[in-house]
Amino acid sequence: MASRNTIVAHVEDRPGVLARVASLFRRRGFNIESLTVGHCEEPGLSRMTIVVDGDDHQVDQVCRQLFKLIDVVSVQDITYTPMVDRELALIKVSASNFNRREVLDVVEVFRADVVDVDAEALIIQVLGDEGKVDAAVKMFEQFGILEMVRTGRVAMRRGTETTKPPAISDSQQAAAAIRAMLGRRPEGVLPFASD
Amino acid sequence: MRLTGARILMECLRAEGVEVFFGYPGGVVLPLYNTLGEYPDIKHVLVRHEQAAAHAADGYARVAGRTGVCLATSGPGATNLVTGITTAYMDSVPMVVLTGNVARDLIGRDGFQEADITGITLPITKHNYLLMRASEIAPAVKEAFHIASTGRKGPVLVDIPKDVFIEEAEWDGYPQGVSLRGYPIMDVPREEEVSKAAETINAAKKPIIIAGHGVVQSEAQDELVKFAELSDTPVLTTLLGISGMPEDHELSYGFLGMHGHFYANMAADRADVVIGIGMRFDDRAMGRFSDFNPTAKIVHIDIDPAEIGKNFITHAPVNGDVKETLTRLLPQLELNRHPEWRAEIDQIMTQHPTDYVEEGTVLSGPWLVQALAEATQGDSTIVTGVGQHQMWAAQYYPYTKQRQWVTSGGLGTMGYEVPAAMGAQFAQQEPIWSICGDGGFQMTSQELQTVADHNLPVRFAIFNNGFLGMVRQWQELFYEHNYHSVDLGQPDFVKLAEAYGVRGVRATTRAEAMQLFRDLEGYDGPVVIDFQLEREENVWPMVPAGAALSETIESAEDL
Repeated sequence: MASRNTIVAHVEDRPGVLARVASLFRRRGFNIESLTVGHCEEPGLSRMTIVVDGDDHQVDQVCRQLFKLIDVVSVQDITYTPMVDRELALIKVSASNFNRREVLDVVEVFRADVVDVDAEALIIQVLGDEGKVDAAVKMFEQFGILEMVRTGRVAMRRGTETTKPPAISDSQQAAAAIRAMLGRRPEGVLPFASD
Repeated sequence: MRLTGARILMECLRAEGVEVFFGYPGGVVLPLYNTLGEYPDIKHVLVRHEQAAAHAADGYARVAGRTGVCLATSGPGATNLVTGITTAYMDSVPMVVLTGNVARDLIGRDGFQEADITGITLPITKHNYLLMRASEIAPAVKEAFHIASTGRKGPVLVDIPKDVFIEEAEWDGYPQGVSLRGYPIMDVPREEEVSKAAETINAAKKPIIIAGHGVVQSEAQDELVKFAELSDTPVLTTLLGISGMPEDHELSYGFLGMHGHFYANMAADRADVVIGIGMRFDDRAMGRFSDFNPTAKIVHIDIDPAEIGKNFITHAPVNGDVKETLTRLLPQLELNRHPEWRAEIDQIMTQHPTDYVEEGTVLSGPWLVQALAEATQGDSTIVTGVGQHQMWAAQYYPYTKQRQWVTSGGLGTMGYEVPAAMGAQFAQQEPIWSICGDGGFQMTSQELQTVADHNLPVRFAIFNNGFLGMVRQWQELFYEHNYHSVDLGQPDFVKLAEAYGVRGVRATTRAEAMQLFRDLEGYDGPVVIDFQLEREENVWPMVPAGAALSETIESAEDL
């Protein structure tokens, strides 16, 4: 069963890391839906949220292959864990005196924001999970979308659990922590242990 | 103490205990070559083509069990290394590859002899570095050797711009350790994984071990033999796993795969528990994945977590170093006996023996490998190229010592045999036998000059059938005998050798070959031997491309 999966990776903030990750995805034929990268709470590390298409087997391979990159410090597949995910879209919608009110009604329904106004267009900022952004885009299409940009997904686990890499200096403990992270299920059981 | 980047690099190599490295100079590495005279303890071997530098470092690494080192200049020097780096990457061979690059201010501006070698080698190195300061050299080289030689081993490339070789930086000794947060050592397996593997193995009725390159790399032959003896498990190897299991052992049943032994393929197909050790369930070894022994439970021990579950659903995965894992597994194994299972395989072996018995005077591949085995008491280090000669060398030579077998398995690099044997000869005194194809030999024969320079006692045994033999075999069997571009013209190999100042000899009959083996005893220089083989001999058995192991055929009539 192919579905959209959310992977969080922490990587060393160095030149070329994005190229390494992109090269790996290309080389192994993995399909990236979106990839966002930015700073995180720890200086020196960047945090990637990667959305990939694929079945459990493929996504597990993505995680394991990603972790083989030396600059990738941790990889966690959080598809099956409770999480919050958000995406931001800027949508330039055609709007004139004749229909601006209608457009603004839709903006209100989606609790979106108007961030730029012009006699002939509005820029609307929509924030939400992918489904909400999709729905908003669909509604705005009737007015004519002049341009659109979406950030791709960012995600975070709910509660106190984090995707932060283990801060462990002891190699054995680090290996254990990484093995636990690599499992698709939270307890870290390797997914291909058939019973 | 302040040193130039070039000296820092050489100090690092000295600290790593590098005895020999293979290289070729060029513009941007001149500052480095300018310092080589000050480091006479680190032997620089001047090759005749950079590809050979990479293969030589690879051959050296496989035989010495240490990290091989090679060096090339920027641009074409660096790109010429690519085949050698990929060969090492596919076979997980520890290698540190040093390249020069154009001066920093020219990088990205298409300077003369500029190539983005770090970009080019992203998918074929375990890791790579482009160093922009002399102060980065020592930590990066330390990391490079560490990464290359630990975990699943592999090549690491370090690219150094010309002016970084010249720039000075503080040298206060080689770094003691590395700090690589994204690279924990995963040698020690989890206890629960070991226990589950042990349970599965203890409960097996028809177990089989498939030992891969990981056994050789981890030097776990003793542990493997104990495992096999205790659990009474027949051992097969992969092509690269050859020499991991002593083949004179009663539990050794050859190697499996496309041209593996018939009984090995059948044993793998009929086992109820398949125990893969330090191997990656490659398609050439396993045949058609969907029809490989669908009922078997798979136990998979491997250092690389990404290999586990890659091609097959695994019943009992164990992520860890082979030696570390087997050491922990042994106390949990029960003494077991499988007389019926052993008898079943032995019967297949009796009905489908591998021993070559055909009488005659014409040189055939299998006969020649057997004769070589006899002449060398099965004791030589064998390096091969890729093709028919490689398969015969794998099938008919009785390997017993770890690291006795060197071949390009994953990438299948023709021409590997000449430079790899040359590099390997720097790791041992005893003459190395390089079993060459007449096609492969022509790809890298320029290295005869390097071999002559160092008077290396390599025996280049060209299995000369005047054909690109394996491709010809496929054209015969699967393309209606439509031979195209396989009938290779060739130089007079004896004269070619002599032109390089190397002894050249020829054998056209079995008697001549036997005489030759005797003549060469004690000869301590290089030799090229043109063994003129029967032209259209095929390699059997064979698993046709896309077929399952159970569909192994033993002659063209089976097709």
